[in-house]
Amino acid sequence: MDGVPLSWFLILSAILFTLGVAGFLFRRNLITMFMSIELMLNGVNLSFIAFAYKLDQVDGQLFAFFVMVVAAAEAAVGLAIILTVFKNRSTRAVDEVTSMKYCPRPVNPQRIAEWSLRGCNG
Amino acid sequence: METGLFLLFASIAVVCGVNVVVQRHPINSAISLIGVMGSLAALYLLLGAEFMAATQIVVYAGAIMVLFLFVIMLLNAGEEPKGGRSWPARVLGIPLLIIFLGVMSFLIQRMVPETDQVVFGAFLKGDPKSIGTLLFSKYLLPFEVTSVLILVAILGAVVLARKEID
Repeated sequence: MDGVPLSWFLILSAILFTLGVAGFLFRRNLITMFMSIELMLNGVNLSFIAFAYKLDQVDGQLFAFFVMVVAAAEAAVGLAIILTVFKNRSTRAVDEVTSMKYCPRPVNPQRIAEWSLRGCNG
Repeated sequence: METGLFLLFASIAVVCGVNVVVQRHPINSAISLIGVMGSLAALYLLLGAEFMAATQIVVYAGAIMVLFLFVIMLLNAGEEPKGGRSWPARVLGIPLLIIFLGVMSFLIQRMVPETDQVVFGAFLKGDPKSIGTLLFSKYLLPFEVTSVLILVAILGAVVLARKEID
């Protein structure tokens, strides 16, 4: 056997991407959700570079380079947002960031008490 | 030799990736993510992308992850409280994930022919000269647009992080 099959690289990329998606959906800590996004982007980068090898063009590596630049810009702005959220709210769980959540005022007057307790704004 | 190297770095990447998702304290996730990026850089070297491997270490593991660590230390982020998932998600989550990955692996194996092998040293266009030639000729517009993107990101971060002047 003279080398690694290319499909193994793509399978590893799929595994990393799936782990990123799972981490993003199942975690409530904002910073961990952000790190799952970075994991997804890394999986995609591996896929780009594997296909650059297969098609014998270097364009795939350039795409990965641009993905990296965008990830850097997004990480900077996203972490600034997280810092602002924490500064105003003192919570890191994403469930409790609800001040812009829209839930309309219930028609049934008996449910208005629990509606106002949920922190919704009409 | 390539098979052994690939298996070593791929297993490190997968174990660290699972650790990112599973750990409760964000600092452990951050260190595991640095491990993922390091092993991915080694895999890029195997694929002949030496410039991308160096950029991955310098930019991703050296700048972005350090930014994450600074923010984690600044926020004094503690452990996440346990629980909060519904009962079906708790039971079906991991098996469904494994089934999905199995189906994806099978499909990928069928799509890519077995004769596509990755040999170390077979891809010679990954040096900075080829990337620079392409970056400044064919992809010049995206390159200039990313400079605007970085400017916007800097402005956004500065505006979000400044003190309110009363």
